[in-house]
Amino acid sequence: MDLYEYQAKDLFAAHGVPVLPGSVAATPAEARAIAEQLGQTVVVKAQVKTGGRGKAGGVKLADTADDAQAKAEAILGLDIKGHITRKVLVTPASDIAEEYYVSFLLDRANRTFLAMASAEGGMEIEQLAVERPEALAKIPVDAITGVDRAKADEIVAAGKFPAEVADQVADVLVKLWETFVSEDATLVEVNPLVRDPQGKIVALDGKVTLDENAAFRHGTHAELVDHEAEDPLEAKAKAKHLNYVKLDGQVGIIGNGAGLVMSTLDVVAYAGEKHKGVKPANFLDIGGGASAEVMANGLDIILHDPDVKSVFVNVFGGITACDAVATGIVKALEILGDEATKPLVVRLDGNNVDEGRRILAEANHPLVTVVDTMDNAADKAAELAAAGV
Amino acid sequence: MAIFLTADSKVIVQGMTGSEGMKHTKRMLASGTNIVGGVNPRKAGEKVDFDGQVVPVFGTVAEAIEATGADVTVVFVPPAFTKAAVIEAIDSGIGLAVVITEGIPVHDTAAFWAHAVATGNKTRIIGPNCPGIISPGKSNAGIIPADIAGPGKIGLVSKSGTLTYQMMYELREFGFSSAIGIGGDPVIGTTHIDALEAFQNDPETAAIVMIGEIGGDAEERAAAYIKANVTKPVVGYVAGFTAPEGKTMGHAGAIVSGSAGTAAAKKEALEAAGVKVGKTPSETAQLMREIIAAL
Repeated sequence: MDLYEYQAKDLFAAHGVPVLPGSVAATPAEARAIAEQLGQTVVVKAQVKTGGRGKAGGVKLADTADDAQAKAEAILGLDIKGHITRKVLVTPASDIAEEYYVSFLLDRANRTFLAMASAEGGMEIEQLAVERPEALAKIPVDAITGVDRAKADEIVAAGKFPAEVADQVADVLVKLWETFVSEDATLVEVNPLVRDPQGKIVALDGKVTLDENAAFRHGTHAELVDHEAEDPLEAKAKAKHLNYVKLDGQVGIIGNGAGLVMSTLDVVAYAGEKHKGVKPANFLDIGGGASAEVMANGLDIILHDPDVKSVFVNVFGGITACDAVATGIVKALEILGDEATKPLVVRLDGNNVDEGRRILAEANHPLVTVVDTMDNAADKAAELAAAGV
Repeated sequence: MAIFLTADSKVIVQGMTGSEGMKHTKRMLASGTNIVGGVNPRKAGEKVDFDGQVVPVFGTVAEAIEATGADVTVVFVPPAFTKAAVIEAIDSGIGLAVVITEGIPVHDTAAFWAHAVATGNKTRIIGPNCPGIISPGKSNAGIIPADIAGPGKIGLVSKSGTLTYQMMYELREFGFSSAIGIGGDPVIGTTHIDALEAFQNDPETAAIVMIGEIGGDAEERAAAYIKANVTKPVVGYVAGFTAPEGKTMGHAGAIVSGSAGTAAAKKEALEAAGVKVGKTPSETAQLMREIIAAL
C-alpha cells in the first residue's frame, strides 16, 4: 500500500525523522485555517499517489491565509494523471540551500535491502539514475545487521554528502531505517531531503510503501487506507476477503490461483481481438478452496459491475475438486436468483472434472455454457460479451 | 534422478497438526511420499494416524532429524510464525525446506534468507507462497496434486501453482521428471535459474518448461542464464500481459512498477535467448509437443 505524503511524514515524525509542521485539509476553509495558524508563507500541496504534482499545478506557494484558501480551491479536485486530488497538505514554505536524496527499499533481485543516496536530490530519481548514475550511490543493506551509525556513515560517504551535513544525514538515515523496519515498509524515500540556509536538515517530501502481508502486526495501518479513493467494487470485494482488481473491459473473470487468473485475462484479451475488441473486466482469484459461498460472493461482485457483459469462470481443479466448484456455481446462481442476468461460460478441468460437468449439465441453468478448453471458453465468453456491447 | 526431491527423500512437516498441514500430509502420504515425522513443540511425543500410516510428532526439527534422518521439511505454519520455523529448519542443517505458507511479511522472508546466506546456504529453500515440488512417482513435498501427471522427461519450473497444474495437465501424455513451483512472493529462495541449472544437470530431464509472470526481473535474468548455460530445449510462458501498472495481481510479487516487470519485456528477453514462448498455456504445451517429437 502506497501512502500519501502527509501519512509518510507522520510516520517519519513518529520515528524522529525531521519534518516541517503542517496539516492536511479537505476544504479551502480548512486550508485557510491551517495557514492562519502557521502564520507565514505556506506551500499548498496536492495529496495524490503519483509523481509530477508540481508540473501539473498541484503544488503552489501562498503568502497569506486568503491566498492559501484560493490555492487550495484551485488544487482540490484537480486531476493529476488520473488521480483526483481530495486533500491538500498545508506546510511552511522552506528556504532551500541544497537538495539531497535518500531511500531504503526492497531489492528483489538480490533478495536483500538497498540504500540509495545522492547529494544531488530534487529531480525524479529515475531521471538521476539515467542521467547521472555516478551521482546515485546504491549500498546493499543486510536484513539482519541493518543500518547502525557506522552503516549510515558508509552510505553518507558513498552518496558524497557535504561534510557539514554528514552527521545530520547519518542520523536521519538511522531513523529512516528504523521507520522502514518497524513499519514493515518496502520503500521509504525522502526526495528532497533539504538543507535550509541555517544548515538544518529536513525531509521536505516523503514516499512510503507498506507491506500488506504485515498488516496483522500493525493494527494502525488499516487507518491509513483511503476508502474514498477506492473503487467501490474493489472495496466491496476486499470486505469479503476476495482478491479482486477492477479493469476496464467487458468480460468478467473468476478463476483459481493468481497465475491462472492472470493467464485467463491474457487469453480473453487475445480472444477479444476477434470480437469487437472486448477485454477482461477484472482480476478475481477465488483461491484454492472455492466453496459455494466464495463462488457466490465472487459472482455477486462481478454481476454487479455494470461494465460486465459476460462472465468466464475458469477453474483448474487441483486441490479443489471440480464437482465442488460446479456445486458452488449452481448454488451461487440459486442464491443470486433474478440478480444473475449475464451469460456465464464455465471451463472446468482437473480433479473430478466429469462429475463437475455432470452437475452443471444436470442443473441446465439457462445462463451457463460449459466449454471444454480454456481457449475455446475464452472465445465464447468474448463472443457473448461482444453481443452485449 | 529428478531434481531436489527423490524417492529416497525423508520428509518432515512443520505445522503438520494444523488444518492445512493435516490435509496435505494425508495427500502427500497417499502419493507415496516418505513422511517420517511432524513438528509441533506443543504436541511432541504424540502420534497422528493418517488412514493407518502413523506419523510421530517431534518438538523440534533437530529432534525429528535425530530420530528419523529426515532431509526435507515442508512448512505449513501460519505467516506470523514462519520466520522462526524456517530459521529453526536452517539451524538444524536440513537439506531442503519447502515453504508453502502464503502471506509472509517480506521483511521476515528477507531475514530468513539472510540467515540462510550467513550460515553458508546449507539449506535449499523453496518458496515461500509456493505449491512445492513433485518428482512424480518418487516423492511429493507440498500441495501439487499427484494425479495430474506421472513421471516423464519434462522439467517444469513456475512462479504460479495453478499454472503449474494447468501445464502438467496439458502435457500429461509425456510426464515430468520434476515440477517445481518457486512461489509468487517478491523474495523467494530457489529461483528460476537454480531450477534451470538443476534440470540441465539432471539426466532424466530432456526438455524444460519455464513459466513466469509479471513483476521483478527474474525471467530476464533466467533468459540470460539460459543463453549462456542451458543446452536442453526450453519453452516459456509468461502471464500478465493485460495487468495494469501499479496493481498487485494476487501474488504479492506480481506487480508492474512503472515500466519495470512487464510481461512483454520478459517474453522479449526469453525469445532473445532462443526460448520459444507460447501466447497461451495451450500454445506453450504445443511448442513442447513439437520439441519432444523432434528429440
